[in-house]
Amino acid sequence: MRNFVKLMLASLLVFVLAFALIGCGGQTDNSEQPDVATDVKKLLVGTNATFPPFEMQEDSELTGFDMDLIRAIGEVQGYEVEIQHMDFKALVPSVQNGKIDAAIAGMSITPERLESVDFTEAYFDAGLIIAVHKDNQDIQGTDDLKGKKLAAQNGTIGAAYCDEVKNADAATETRIFDDIGLAFMELEKGGVDAVVNDHPVTAYYLKTATDTSIKMVGDIFSAEDQYGIAVKKGNAELLNTLNEGLIKIKENGTYDEIYSKWF
Amino acid sequence: MPLSEFTFGLGILDAIATSPGYRVVTNNFVYFLGGAWYTIFITALSIAMGMVLGLFAGLAKLSKNKIIYGLSTAYIDFFRGTPLFVQIFLLYFGVLPLIYDNDPLSSAIIALGLNSGAYIAEILRAGIQAIDKGQMEAARSLGMNERQAMIYVILPQAFKVVIPPLINEFIALLKDSSLVSAITVAELMHRGDLVFANTYQATWVFGTIAMMYLVITKTIALLGDYTERRLATE
Repeated sequence: MRNFVKLMLASLLVFVLAFALIGCGGQTDNSEQPDVATDVKKLLVGTNATFPPFEMQEDSELTGFDMDLIRAIGEVQGYEVEIQHMDFKALVPSVQNGKIDAAIAGMSITPERLESVDFTEAYFDAGLIIAVHKDNQDIQGTDDLKGKKLAAQNGTIGAAYCDEVKNADAATETRIFDDIGLAFMELEKGGVDAVVNDHPVTAYYLKTATDTSIKMVGDIFSAEDQYGIAVKKGNAELLNTLNEGLIKIKENGTYDEIYSKWF
Repeated sequence: MPLSEFTFGLGILDAIATSPGYRVVTNNFVYFLGGAWYTIFITALSIAMGMVLGLFAGLAKLSKNKIIYGLSTAYIDFFRGTPLFVQIFLLYFGVLPLIYDNDPLSSAIIALGLNSGAYIAEILRAGIQAIDKGQMEAARSLGMNERQAMIYVILPQAFKVVIPPLINEFIALLKDSSLVSAITVAELMHRGDLVFANTYQATWVFGTIAMMYLVITKTIALLGDYTERRLATE
């Protein structure tokens, strides 16, 4: 009899929990449903807000060059832009399966990515740079990276470059972090010899970080590296809208304004 | 996809074998297996560390000495009461660099070992307390001192009681070891992350990795069942 009561209580608990979960699910579903009554088209954009000055979080607001840029494009093209933060590596899959309409995240246009998504015209020329510890005299350029400990952000062309170095010389050790801030921290604490990353981001880090023991060395390389906005493959309508918007804000001076604000 | 694809089983197999995700998995399967070994290796060392820490902390928790009791309570409270993910970052970037030139692997084992030690301490304490008081009294009346009674009479019996919760903890720790991918330890989850970031094949990559975790955790569970049966007295 006591076992029976226990069983009943347990089943009841399971049911209550299940309903509680269903209740939660229902609520989020409702909030995510687009408001059909309004005329303003919504543009759901994904980013990875750990990449200053392109995207970052300040006072619980998403700010940065990319954020200003996509909002400006949205404005001239009549879209209400809603931005969502996620892992950098999750951006392309999210565009692919339609969870977001577009991704803007200092994302380099690469042949590999072009197999999965379409890109707008390039909106920024980046290029890679090496960052090392201030006392480091060994590493002067890309040729010196072989056999060293390197850090980069997962999914970036900096990480791809580190892999190339490792493939050429197996003594190289790579530490691939989920965001670039952690890679810089690793370099600051002396865990790695160098960080390979997009030049504007590393430059911004050195400008804003207090007490940093990092410096940049060598020339900017992989200079053909350009950023684009990713949209779902075959979504020509959105691609045209964004490209058009990009041209418009370049013509009306908004692009230059945003550029000088951040660089 | 034409219906004919589904009328013959081989058509489906062909479709799978030519899908890009399948190729990603076959190309990286050995790499993933290496990650699985790494995961087992890290977990095994962490468990070893956790067992030693847990035994001391668990016994300390039963101590009448206030300082020893307080220290072990503080240790257990902290490592059970804060997220492992936070502990990993705190140790890797904060505490351990002050002590030695820390690398990801050793830091991961220390973090997982400290964390599991706290859980194992509570498991062992409960196990020791589950042994009838009469056992201690009987051992003492046979002329053993408290330490001897603990080592030769209480602990062997307690060990049997704690096997199921310990197996539970080992399985939990093995799964939690995926968190150290954040500090770039090349275990199974990290390798999946790296492959996913370049191929975007979420279902295939993480599906494969989930299966590998499942095989390992199921093996641990079976080993636990076997040990339990071997030690059963009734």
